[in-house]
Order: sequence, then C-alpha cells, then structure tokens
Amino acid sequence: MSAKPLLLLFILMTGVYSLHAQTRISGKVTDKKGRPLYSASITLKDSYDGATSDSAGNYSFTTTETGSFVLVISASGYQQTEIPLTLDQPELKVDVQVKEQITELRAVVISAGTFEASDKGRTTVLNSIDIATTASGMGDITGALKTLPGAQQVGETEGLFVRGGTASETRTFIDGTPVNNFFYSSVPNISQRGRFSPFLFKGTVFSTGGYSALYGQALSAALILESVDIPDESEGRVNVSVIGLGAGLQHVAKNKKSSWGVNYDYTNLWPAFRVIKQKQDFYDVPVYHTADANFRIKTSATGILKYYGYFSHNKTGFRTNSIDTLGYKDAFGLKNLNTYHNLSWKEKIGRKWRLQAGTSFSVNNDDIDSHLQDGTNKDILLTGLEFKQFGLESRGRFYNLKAVLERRLRNLSMLRFGAEYNYSNERSVYTAYNGLRFDQRVEEHIKAAFAETDVYLTNELAAKIGTRFEHSSLLGKVNIAPRASLAYRLGEESQASLAYGIFYQNPERRYLPSPYDLNFSRAAHYIAQYQKVSRLTTLRLEAFYKKYHNLIKTEPFNNTTVAANNNGYGQAHGVELFWRDKKTIKNFDYWISYSYLNTKRDFLNYPGALTPNFAATHTASLVLKKFVLDWKTGFNLSYTYATPRKYYNIFDDGTGSKIIDQGETPDYHNVGFSMNYLPKLGTKKKGQFTVLVLSVNNIFGLKQIYGYNYSYNNIRRQAIIPPSRTFVFIGAFISFGVDRTDDIINNNL
Amino acid sequence: MLLMKKVFFFSLLLLTGIAANAQSEKYVKSMEKLIQAMDTTWNTDRLVELSNSFERIADAEKTQWLPYYYAALARVNAGYALGKNNAAEQTDPYANKAEELINKADALEANNSEIYVVKKLINTLKLIGDVMGRYMTAGAASAEALAKAKSLNPENPRVYLQEGIDKMNTPPQFGGSVEEGKKILEKSLEKFKAFKPASSIHPQWGESVAQRFLSR
Repeated sequence: MSAKPLLLLFILMTGVYSLHAQTRISGKVTDKKGRPLYSASITLKDSYDGATSDSAGNYSFTTTETGSFVLVISASGYQQTEIPLTLDQPELKVDVQVKEQITELRAVVISAGTFEASDKGRTTVLNSIDIATTASGMGDITGALKTLPGAQQVGETEGLFVRGGTASETRTFIDGTPVNNFFYSSVPNISQRGRFSPFLFKGTVFSTGGYSALYGQALSAALILESVDIPDESEGRVNVSVIGLGAGLQHVAKNKKSSWGVNYDYTNLWPAFRVIKQKQDFYDVPVYHTADANFRIKTSATGILKYYGYFSHNKTGFRTNSIDTLGYKDAFGLKNLNTYHNLSWKEKIGRKWRLQAGTSFSVNNDDIDSHLQDGTNKDILLTGLEFKQFGLESRGRFYNLKAVLERRLRNLSMLRFGAEYNYSNERSVYTAYNGLRFDQRVEEHIKAAFAETDVYLTNELAAKIGTRFEHSSLLGKVNIAPRASLAYRLGEESQASLAYGIFYQNPERRYLPSPYDLNFSRAAHYIAQYQKVSRLTTLRLEAFYKKYHNLIKTEPFNNTTVAANNNGYGQAHGVELFWRDKKTIKNFDYWISYSYLNTKRDFLNYPGALTPNFAATHTASLVLKKFVLDWKTGFNLSYTYATPRKYYNIFDDGTGSKIIDQGETPDYHNVGFSMNYLPKLGTKKKGQFTVLVLSVNNIFGLKQIYGYNYSYNNIRRQAIIPPSRTFVFIGAFISFGVDRTDDIINNNL
Repeated sequence: MLLMKKVFFFSLLLLTGIAANAQSEKYVKSMEKLIQAMDTTWNTDRLVELSNSFERIADAEKTQWLPYYYAALARVNAGYALGKNNAAEQTDPYANKAEELINKADALEANNSEIYVVKKLINTLKLIGDVMGRYMTAGAASAEALAKAKSLNPENPRVYLQEGIDKMNTPPQFGGSVEEGKKILEKSLEKFKAFKPASSIHPQWGESVAQRFLSR
C-alpha cells in the first residue's frame, strides 16, 4: 500500500527523461516571390531548439518539447513571422513565406531634384568634409555646391543661380527657418561669400527643384541646412591665415547632455591685397569682425534645444575708374552690421509624434555711400551726373517662426503638417546729392500652413504628396501650392523618380515699394530622374522642365526702378548628369557634373523673351580629390567650364525698353587647387589636431569675363571681371581638446 | 501514513530540485557545447548559425547576458570571417545585428568589460568597411569602447589582445607599429595566465588568437 506511490514517483522521476517524444521539424523559408531565404533563424519560441536556413532556404531540427508552441522565423530585412503549432507527431513540415520589411535601409528614396550632403543619408552625394575641401569652393558652402549640376557659374554676384532662375529664386533655410541675409551684402561686380562656415552644419540638402511643401517663397531652389548637435568632446581652436585670425571654444558638459561655445574671427584683407593686386583701388580694405555663440541642450533622450547667435560687422570702400565720365572715379563704400539668432527645438512626443519648432530673428543694417571723385580722389559734383552722389541706409528686421508636427504611420509612412510665420520690416533712406531724403518702408507678414505625407506602398514604391498655403499681407493675396513626387526602385541600386510642384514667390524687395497692384510670381517644376547609387559610386541623370508665370516686369519711377506688373513669363528645360566614383582608382575620388540648360524669359526690363544674362547653355565641372597617406596630405583639384553667356544693354528711351547692344561673353574656365596637410594625423584625440591649408583659385590666371557694364549714356562699355585673376589662401587651423589644454598650460608653467 | 506523506514530500522536493537543476544544467551544457564549437570555427555561415543558437537560448532564458554576449560575438566574427577587403555593404548587416544583440546583453549586465570588448569589435568592423568615411565616427566609437573596457577591468586580457591587434593592423602613418603591437600582445598573454573566468561559460577566449598574431 505504501510502496505503490513511491514506485510511481520513481517511474515518474526517471521517466521524465526517457519517455519523451521527439519531433523533427523541417521546411523551407522563402520570400513573397518564392526565392529561398538564406541564413534565416527558425526558433521554437521559449525553447533552445531551432535552426538556420541553408542557401536553398531549407531547415530542419529536432526537439524533445511537446505541446503547443510558436515557431518564430526571423531574418534581417524581413518581418518576423510567427506560426503556432502543436508538437504531437514525429515529423512536422512547415514551409514559411516571409514578408519584406519596409525599412529605411531598403526602401526607395524620394530624391528627384535634391542633392544631399550629409554624413548619414544614403542618397548623400557629398559629405561635410567634401564641402570644405572642394578646391574651387574656397571653404564656402555655395562654392562647393556650384560644382553640382543645376548651378550656374555666375562670378560677378553672390548666390546660386539654378536652372535658369535668378539668385533671389534660391532660398536658404537653417534648421527649418529661412535666412534673410545668407551672404555678405552685395558690392558692385564682386561676388560675396556666405556668412556661415560649412562646419556649422551636419547636413546640407541642395534642392534644384520640386522640393517639399515645408518650404516656400523660392521659385527655383532651396538650400536646406541642418546645424550640428552636441559635439563629442570639448575643444578649443585657433586659426591663423593670410587673411585673419580666429579663436573659439566649445565646451561639452561631463554628462554630454549640453554644450556651449563661442567663436571670434577677425578678417583683414590688407596683407592679401598687398600681394595680390586688385582691380579696384581699395581706400578701405575689407575688414570683418565676426563673433558667434551657441548652446545645445538635450531636453530628453530624444529632444534637443539648439541656439545659434551670430554678430558681424564689416566695412569696405574702393574706387574704380568711372565709366560714365573719363578721368573721374566712382567711389563705393559699404558698412554692414548683421546679427542672426536661431533657436530650434526637436522632440519626440510619445511613440508616433515628433515636433520640430524653430524661430529666428535677424537684423541687417547696410550703410552705402557712392561718390564721383576727381583725379585727386576728391568728391566732385558734375552736372548731369548728380545721381552718382548718394547715400543709402537700409535697415532690415526679420522674424520667423515655424512649427512642424510629424506623425508616423504604418511602415515608414509619415504625415507632416505645420505652420510658418515670416515677418520682415525693411526701411531704406536714400539721400540724394542735394540732401533730399527719400524714406521708404516695406513691411510684410507671410503666414503659411502646409501638410505633406510620405507614403511607402512597398520597399519599391513611395510617394510624397503635399500642399502649401500662403497669405501675403503686402500683396493682399493668397496662394495654394501643390507638390508631389514619386520614386520607384528599379533594382538593388537603381531607382527612378518623378517630381512636380507649384512654387510662389513675392516680388524682390529691391523693386518695392511699388504703386501698382502686384501678385506672386509662379513656377511649375516637372522633373524626371534616374539614379544608381552604390557606396562608392553615384550616377544621376535628371531632366527638367520649368515654366514661369507672372514674373515681375519693372519700369522707371522717380529715378528708381519699381515692379510694375506681373506680365513676365519664362521657361527653362535641360538635362543634367552627375557621376562620382571613389572605386575605379584606389584612394582617388572624383566627380563630374554636366548641365545643359535652355531657357528664355521676359522679366524686369527685358523687351521680350530673352536668354537671361546669367544662363550658360553648357556647364561642366570636374572635381578631383586624392589623399596621400604617406604625406598626410590631401590634394584637391577642380575644373569648371561654361559656354558663353549673353549680355545685353537694355535702355528705355521713354518709349519702352530696347536692346541697344548685345553679345556673348567668352567661354568660362576656372581651375582651382587646394592642399590640406594634416601633420598630426594618426595621433587623434591626443592633444592638438592641425590642418594647414593652401588654396588657389583660378590657378592659371585664365581671363574671366562675366558680362559688361554700360555708361549711363550708352557710349562706353566695360568688361565685368573678377577683382584679381587668381586668389591664394594660406592658413592653419589648430584645434585641441580642452581638457588637454589645461595640461599643456600647467606643464609649461 | 505519516511516513508515506513525508516520503512523498521529500520526493516532491527532490523532483523539483532535479528539475530546477536540470534546467540550469541544460543551460550550462548547451552553452558549453556552443562555446566549444565557436572556438574551432572561422566560417561565416557556421558562425551565423552559432549566433542564432545563442540568441535562441538568450531569448528563452530572458535574464542571462552571456548568451546575448556570445550571440553578438559570433555575429561580429561572422562579419570578420568574410575576409578582408569587404566593403560596408557586405559587413554592415553583421555589425548591425551584432550591435542589437550586444545592447541586449548590456541591458542585462551593465558596465561589463567583456561587453565593451565586443562593442569595440563591432565598431572596428564598421570602420574597416569604409575607413575614410567612418574614421571620425566608428573609429572614435571603437577607441572609446576599448578605453571603457579597460577602465572597467584593467586585468581583462582581451582588452590588451584587441589593443595589440589594432596597433599591428594600423598603418604606420596613423601611429601603428607591428613591434609595439607585439609588445602589447605579450602583455595580454601575461594577463591571460592570471585570468580566472567566473564560470565555465564566462568569456575566456583569445589566448590562442594572441599567440597566432605573435607568431606572424
């Protein structure tokens, strides 16, 4: 009686291990198209048992488990699949079909019209170092972008002239909000640089058309810059060059949750102008004081608050031989004060929402004075040429506010919407030779709302559809701008895209205020693109058609030129090619870009539709980069070629404007060269890091003519050429870990 | 009757004890078997299989960091086993999956020197895929992980093993040196001699690797 349960227990105890049933599970793993999946992991959930599929997709394993289980199939790039099963027979055959996962890594990228320069994106064409080291760029953001297809080689004035559009048709955005004075203030016939260093930005998107509904007030192109986050470590920097001195400090908190920094740069072109003779006679050599400050704070695991503040003061003054009256000189002086502040905040709200908000404020003050001077550089007033004596004070204030909410939908799909407010208040006081003052003010409030959705139907097919709505208080009008793009993946590395969009822009400030009733100018973009991108090569072909409506026509009014109506129009079409290759020759990197542009427009004072004077039919660039490890030196070379541009002398004799002279400039050639020597390479993170830079623009001193200036009475003309044929820059940039600085200082005391 | 009850409860206790013991014994046995297999394998497919097997154990056990650690190690080694001159397209899937696995190990066992050694291996694999493009990112992360591994346990021989191999593989222009690398490997061998793993399934690999590199 008492032995029986005991026996039973023993049977139970020993039997547990010997009496189990064994099940063999086998099958085949395939994707939706029936192709076998290699290296998929098959697991009996919550057990140790499972297998890995072979190259034919087959798997098999045995298990001693019994009862109800779940078979889990996982493979990278595919959705995890779970199959419930009951282990009650010795053989189980389970064939599995797994669905592809729509992931950023595999999905098609909506890329028509955009060039991305960052250190992360897959469609990235350049990275931030490329921007800084492109030979002809001279360390300027737009300088490097001009080697990409779509941009014209306009050397007499700053800005990006894209696909038959003027520089004012390209707008720049920093962390979402527009920047109003991205370049230093214009000086006659001398192209100015951008105010901001390429190292401030971790991402650059240069869109030559068809861009997102998040951006407005740009007929042709958008340059979208994203500022850097908290750096890895504290750092100090010093730079010395032939054109100035600078120093900066960036401090990162121990917990890496916040950082702050300050920089100051002093630029004085006196020494450079002593060596490199300038066409202009500078009585006030350009001097720049630039200071900036920043802080960045992580507001949570996913949120960051960033501030960037910029202050700049610069002045210049020069004389040139007057074209209007021989033996006399034109003197031009400019003083500029600019401050720019940008505060932005990014935060994830819950699992599906993201907020991006930004605000920027800037002030731009220009004081320009113009004189006619005699041979001894004394101001002189000549009858009939009184207009050459004037002063112009411009005071601009700009305020922008923007918020974008983003909601994640299924897969990678997104919905984005938001609103934007741009305020500008620009006052100008013109003082004539006789002391008469003309005071003008243009105030504008633009309110915009936008919504956009990215729809990923499969890894192969994606669409972006959006609309932007704007109201201008100045024009008293509204516009609605639809945008759409579509991308289809053709193969592992290749894809095709289409983009369409309507874009609106206000009349340019310089033709305002106007006594007439005006409207927005409008452009429609149609873009088709093919691209094939692997890690080391990029091929991109793009064709576009752009139609302009309601371009501004101008007319003389009270000795100035004002916007008269929206009767202008135009079109541009072309084909562009970009090829970058880091593969064919080891440690050698090059890119080629080519643009074909056919454009005509009737705008401003044009007497009819003409090919504008900023458009060349063919433009091509070749950029070479080679880093020689043994010498710790990078060599960069670039060559840019453009076919002749048209020039016109358009004159209004009171009966309407007429072309009284026209022609074509010679071909444009520019060869740039730069060298970066990194003597401390390989000893990174140990004390200081030094870069020595030598950069030469137009190294062969080829003659470049951008167009012609005409005298007021049309009897003389003068070629517009760069201030000097060649420019040379030599500088040293030294940065060092701040913690180390203390060591160095202590050791030396 | 009373005796029978006592025997019954005793047996029950015994039975549950065996069951519990069998559970951990099964875990240790399975791990030992796989770890042994890892020591003798340098083949991508086989290492992926091993990584999957470790991951299975890890997912079933839920609270053990070691199977995730080995799953990550096998996965990153699978990437290295592809051979040199493989570009990021080929090696990145291995590095990314290994990263996912080591982060799971890290979540279960914070501040473990061995885990940072694997993080170092993962970042170096990423770096090799695109040296010029990732020098500043993966290169820095790799150095940082190794420094952290060293600070967490200066006696860990695998820290010196990696440091020595790195020194040997870095071009001289970047501060590499075969001679100095070998010196560091000698140091790692000393550390291996003194090293006592916490259990039969705790990390103890690397001595033969150091010897192989030293004999080059």
